[in-house]
Amino acid sequence: MITLEKRPQPSRAWSLATPLLAVLLTMICGGLLFAALGKNPFETIRTIFLDPLFSEFAWFYRPQLLIKGAPLVLIAIGLSFGFRAGIWNIGAEGQYIVGAICGAAVGLAFYPTESFIIFPLMIIAGILGGTLWAMIPGILRVKFGTNEILVSLMLVYVAEQLMASMALGALRNPDGMGFPGSRNLSQYPSAANLEIISGSGMHWGVVTALIAVIFAYIALSRHIFGFNVRLAGQSPRAAKFAGVNPAAMILICMGLSGGLAGAAGLFEVAGPAGQVSIDFNVGYGFTAIIVAFLGRLHPVGILLAGGLMALTYIGGEIAQSNLGLPLAAIQLMQGMLLFFLLAVDVLTNYRMRFGRRQVV
Amino acid sequence: MDLSAINPILLLASLMVAATPILLAAIGELVVERAGVLNLGVEGMMITGAVCGFIVAVNTGSPWLGFIGAAIGGALLSVIFGILTQFLLSNQVATGLALTLFGLGLSALMGQGYIGIKAPSFPDWHIPLLGDIPVIGPIIFQHDPMVYLGLAIVAATWAFLKYSRAGLILRAVGENHEAAHALGYHVMRVRMLAIMFGGACAGLGGAYLSLVRVPQWTEGMTAGAGWIALAIVVFASWRPGRLLLGAYLFGGVTVLQLNLQAAGAAIAVEYLSMAPYLATIAVLVIMRAGRAPGSLGQSFHASR
Amino acid sequence: MKINKLLTGATIALGLATGAFADGHEKTKVGFVYVGPVGDGGWTYEHNQGRLAVEEHFGDAVETVFVESVPEGPDAERVMTQMALQGADLIFTTSFGYMDQTINVAGKFPDVKFEHATGYKQADNVSVYSARFYEGRAVQGHIAGHMTESNVIGYIASFPIPEVIRGINSAYLHAKEVNPDVEFKVVWAYTWFDPAKEAEAASVLIEQGADVILQHTDSTAPQAAAQAAGNVVTFGQASDMAEFGPFPRVSSIIDNWSPYYIARTQAVIDGTWESTNTWDGIAPGMVEIGEITEAVPAEVKASAEALIASMEAGEYHPFTGPINKQDGSAWLADGEVADDGTLAGMNFYVEGLSGDIPQ
Repeated sequence: MITLEKRPQPSRAWSLATPLLAVLLTMICGGLLFAALGKNPFETIRTIFLDPLFSEFAWFYRPQLLIKGAPLVLIAIGLSFGFRAGIWNIGAEGQYIVGAICGAAVGLAFYPTESFIIFPLMIIAGILGGTLWAMIPGILRVKFGTNEILVSLMLVYVAEQLMASMALGALRNPDGMGFPGSRNLSQYPSAANLEIISGSGMHWGVVTALIAVIFAYIALSRHIFGFNVRLAGQSPRAAKFAGVNPAAMILICMGLSGGLAGAAGLFEVAGPAGQVSIDFNVGYGFTAIIVAFLGRLHPVGILLAGGLMALTYIGGEIAQSNLGLPLAAIQLMQGMLLFFLLAVDVLTNYRMRFGRRQVV
Repeated sequence: MDLSAINPILLLASLMVAATPILLAAIGELVVERAGVLNLGVEGMMITGAVCGFIVAVNTGSPWLGFIGAAIGGALLSVIFGILTQFLLSNQVATGLALTLFGLGLSALMGQGYIGIKAPSFPDWHIPLLGDIPVIGPIIFQHDPMVYLGLAIVAATWAFLKYSRAGLILRAVGENHEAAHALGYHVMRVRMLAIMFGGACAGLGGAYLSLVRVPQWTEGMTAGAGWIALAIVVFASWRPGRLLLGAYLFGGVTVLQLNLQAAGAAIAVEYLSMAPYLATIAVLVIMRAGRAPGSLGQSFHASR
Repeated sequence: MKINKLLTGATIALGLATGAFADGHEKTKVGFVYVGPVGDGGWTYEHNQGRLAVEEHFGDAVETVFVESVPEGPDAERVMTQMALQGADLIFTTSFGYMDQTINVAGKFPDVKFEHATGYKQADNVSVYSARFYEGRAVQGHIAGHMTESNVIGYIASFPIPEVIRGINSAYLHAKEVNPDVEFKVVWAYTWFDPAKEAEAASVLIEQGADVILQHTDSTAPQAAAQAAGNVVTFGQASDMAEFGPFPRVSSIIDNWSPYYIARTQAVIDGTWESTNTWDGIAPGMVEIGEITEAVPAEVKASAEALIASMEAGEYHPFTGPINKQDGSAWLADGEVADDGTLAGMNFYVEGLSGDIPQ
């Protein structure tokens, strides 16, 4: 019989070793799966995990990792503050959508005027949109004690309908031959979120994500706000005695995560995606929740977790196209990877004990 | 516009069928959440149930065996969630989301050889005598057996939670796991059973789509039904009776907007589709948070 | 842009994408980008059938690759670029939403040929292709007009876009032609594929008196709903849906991309590929009418087949005047045939249809 015993302090060694262990376990189980599907397991694993970084065409894939990973990291950083403080915003997908709609609407309102001011205005609109959308569950929680997990989740569906309505109605491209979808913002120079250095994948969203990681790191380790956040999560009563206003904490954490999710939506709609369309959102808001936990709610961890997720997406596409692996197998492997990463975390916080539990 | 074309009797009758898959999935999730566990992987368990049910039904020729297979498939998948969250104490939100991803992949892989095949037919029950009652008969008594089984599960769950000792323990575990543990109840065991029940019900809901509603296997066929089930549980404020109302409301809005469209009424479809979610938020606000199970979403570890 | 040069430079330097087909020694590589899973039983399934047909037709001379469920946006652009980098000579991008991405990637790989389905932006190395599904809709309307007894025909539409509106107009005109009393009830499902919603839409239409259901969504759920109702006629959409024949499914429109995909691959192998705008119908076989079952009376079947034959021979265009718009204003004069430009952007109902196109 195995029993778990809580460690007085999370083990530092295990917290570094567990992600590697999880990746290793995924490679073994994934390899068995690929072998069962009649593919060479070593080649497949290499294609998914290494080809995006070290193959002949890595100069193309590496920037793509930034493009794919940036929204995940940006959203996850925002979420991590709330999650640490025990505030569960799981509606980042909705805030991401609303940020994109607001930002795009501002940009489209100026079309076809060219001015340097348009893009900054769009960023502000995107952040505001996401923040306000996140404020709804925040304020309801503060005023009425409503569960923010559920309200923020409900608002994702509302945002999705709003997106469809915008793509088919208000923001539809008048020159689009009647098809749904807005004008392509990436072809409208003043509104486009272009690469800062051509071919590097570094668009403004990537830069913002990296800045967010640094700021989050400083805030959590060096600033009183980070201390309060951690205190609120670990011991709400102690936080209260320390003068932390719980209502303000909820609103700040919700607003922060909503604002960053809104910014991620804006950077995506103005750059890589280009337009408001019915299928604009592809689940970044939900994946970011997983990224936040995989990164153990630590800014550097989130950066690495976002990179790992992006790697499996891009590697998965290469494996589909080069090896004929079905998408289903890749999703299954991603699911396994997440399961293993979540499962081995227990080793960080708990000690495994073998043998019968002793009666004290 | 000709609203007289809308036949309320037929509308209600089709509502009972339309609500069945989400009702099944939601009643399972309700029990899980009453036990204090938030499993966001309903969509993944539904689609796995859909494919398991379809495979079993096609190979055995029996839709009944298909439904049993679906329940087992959904429950087995939920065991992964249970082990991770209960024994390895992983975060429930993240694990549930991962379960959906896993379930979508697994179902697509399992169903590869089953595309374009029709499921064995599952005839309606025309209940003698009762089915012949005018007006009520066609609404209530002329459906396939799963519609009634779904309602029976809801009723049984209601009675179980309200009157049985086991139901009391389950609620105690959900409200305050520390106290329940102190009273000597096995928090993990209760939660594992609840999670498996949730998986089995989600599986049945998925199979209702693949065996009765469509009835075919196609990848991604649940198309978000699992997420609606989650919303309904909240709408119902974790009570089986209101769950029925919630499922009919969510199903009803879709049926109603389609009816209005067919009758020629010009309506903004997107805004009407938002309505049930906004209503759910309103219900949450009016009911206040007091109704959510106290330990919902929290990990439990019996530390001494 | 710099990246273009960088990418093109690299591909040329590596000798990829060039010469692969010219010298005839290497396999020609054909890539497919799909918007849904190959198991969707509808749109993507049929494109994948086309890919399999290419493999079968050319055997070892051609290699095909595909990536499924690619979201429209940056992911699509990456997948296309990756295929081009890996030496694809010809890439089919099979969703309208890939339009701008296809043009972008094509700009970076001038030696790779691209084929974009259902779009309208062409380039030197980008062809567009689509099918005149409205020809098939004419046949459906013709049969539906004969088969209906309640004179109410239900139509499950997906999104209010020209493609769908063309189908509704075409079906209505040809139903009306054989049955002046016919009435269309249109519901917009706002989805291409959602079995539960489609089933509900079908039941609603049946409840409101429709005894024929036409669908522009991809799942078989409406077929099942019709079967349960007992006396309702349906038509297969995107794929044959023959498993619901001979009744309720009495015929179908099948997207048959195989002949086009084989022809375009051949053109790349021969070095004769040119940027074209293809909009093919029944005649070249891109739109196929599935078997008309015995549930349809013999004389109706005969007249439907005559209609098919006349379109095949190019003698008849489904949009031939006199046709008025819904508001009564004249659109086509007697004997006038609709031009492709108007059809491609069609955003109005023809006279006789009730209700508004949602905006």
